[in-house]
Amino acid sequence: MPVYGGKELEMKTSRRQFFGLAVGAAALTGLQVAPARAAKVKTRAKIVILGAGAAGTAMANRLDERLDGAEITLIDGRKQHWYQPGFTLIAAGLKPADYSVTQTPDWLPRSARLVPEYAAEIDPVGKKVITAGGASVEYDYLIVALGLKLDWDAIEGFSLDMVGKDGIGAVYAGPEYAAKTWAAMDTFTDEGGEGLFYRPATEMKCAGAPLKYTFITDDYARKKDTRDKMNITYAAHSKSFFGVPIVNEKVRMLFEDRGFETTFDHVLKAIDPGKKLATFSTPEGDTELPYDFTNVIPPQVAPDVIRNSDLPWHEGKWAAQGWLEVDKYNLQHVRYPEIFSVGDISGVPKGKTAASVKWQVPVVEDHLVAAIEGKEGTKLYNGYTSCPLITRIGRAMLIEFDYNNNLVPSFPGIVAPLEELWISWLMKEVALKATYNAMLRGKA
Amino acid sequence: MQDLTFETLIAVFEEIFGFWLFWAMVAVAVIVTLLYIYVLIRDRAVSWSKFLWAQLSMPFGAIAAVLFVQTMTNSSFADIGGPIDVFVLLGVAVAGAIGLAILVYTLESLVWPKTEEDLDEY
Repeated sequence: MPVYGGKELEMKTSRRQFFGLAVGAAALTGLQVAPARAAKVKTRAKIVILGAGAAGTAMANRLDERLDGAEITLIDGRKQHWYQPGFTLIAAGLKPADYSVTQTPDWLPRSARLVPEYAAEIDPVGKKVITAGGASVEYDYLIVALGLKLDWDAIEGFSLDMVGKDGIGAVYAGPEYAAKTWAAMDTFTDEGGEGLFYRPATEMKCAGAPLKYTFITDDYARKKDTRDKMNITYAAHSKSFFGVPIVNEKVRMLFEDRGFETTFDHVLKAIDPGKKLATFSTPEGDTELPYDFTNVIPPQVAPDVIRNSDLPWHEGKWAAQGWLEVDKYNLQHVRYPEIFSVGDISGVPKGKTAASVKWQVPVVEDHLVAAIEGKEGTKLYNGYTSCPLITRIGRAMLIEFDYNNNLVPSFPGIVAPLEELWISWLMKEVALKATYNAMLRGKA
Repeated sequence: MQDLTFETLIAVFEEIFGFWLFWAMVAVAVIVTLLYIYVLIRDRAVSWSKFLWAQLSMPFGAIAAVLFVQTMTNSSFADIGGPIDVFVLLGVAVAGAIGLAILVYTLESLVWPKTEEDLDEY
């Protein structure tokens, strides 16, 4: 049957409208066209990258793009590559443990060589690295991308085999442990009791993660309607919850809104799984807090191979933790200019996240390639760090900041950094791993 | 987000869906669009009866797209937290509506190339 009174109308403009729409859509996306890549720099430089995690892998791929003839060697004994930003999602029961696991060699450029051993010794004067197997690898330039060491032994009474049982979680420990943590948190949010959360007093990777997990635990309890069967306590290590003041104030408001109990200047030193008590050192001496579920986060320090070398800060607050003594703007070692750092190992005020790595890699690439050419690099790292701070399943705050504690939103006026938004959650859940993988391949 | 170039965006989408699935979806979208253009050019007119069915399918496309995104991302309407979230939701709905409408119109035109009413005009 005919529709509009038996007369079909002709839309002569339809095609023109269609094409107009397509052009408009392309214009609206506002995308820049990728800049043409500079010609490759010819060199025979021996470049050694210590560590093939996020920072080392991204660095290797970028250098492979920029250099022609360089000998790039990565040294790392771990076969698995871990997508660490995924640990929170695993520990929230949203992703399986293998969500974060890939194989290290799969990400590396063909031209690079992987030495599948841990580094045992660094000789910055002789410009060589000795591996655990005794091999000596010489370098012209060294990029230290070793990450950090989770010092589990520093928590008395704790061992990793406890994770997943008796209310003990450890999200940071790895994908399998994150999955076990989810099992423990799932039980806790069924049964209720005391939920106890905190962070170490050392520098740490993703300082937002301890807060996220507190929020997520609260969210599950609310969704299961068991929130009134529990107390949730956050014991801050200092006088604030987060190092960036404006973010700290927002977190304080959210904690109040969620009904968390809070206490300050508490640093975890021991747990007693039998009595379910956690011991904290405070300015007034040791104090104990009960738990039925807790997310153990240990002090975080530089790996032993760095702490046993001449590369860390010799004095100041980072000397004891062993972070590399580098310039905070170009990440070049202060005493050994042919050494650079990328990622968690850097002794700089901020930047222990994968997002920071994404910003640091182009800076180190610029200065390293410039050094090879006998020039000076120009790019600077401003301390950029990003943390999609999950405040419940389905919402997050996309917090980005720099060395000066300024908020530096990627989408100013569009994605508000201090608002709990669905779009920020979408970025965390869908786009982040993809962006991370693109970064690993040197493409983002 | 640093240097959001078209190349970066493509790399990100390849990672989200996997290389083959992403380019297969791009191919399907391109093919459907080309077929849509083809039937428009072939028929030299928009058939209102077909367009009506396409329009009627739009709400279903909108709802399906929103539910698909929410299911894939462990979220719900309760997670809408600010104006940008409303825009994203509407954007997803509009994309789903337009996508399904184009698909329905194209399929109709391909399966029933010319109705009697269409021919009446000539």
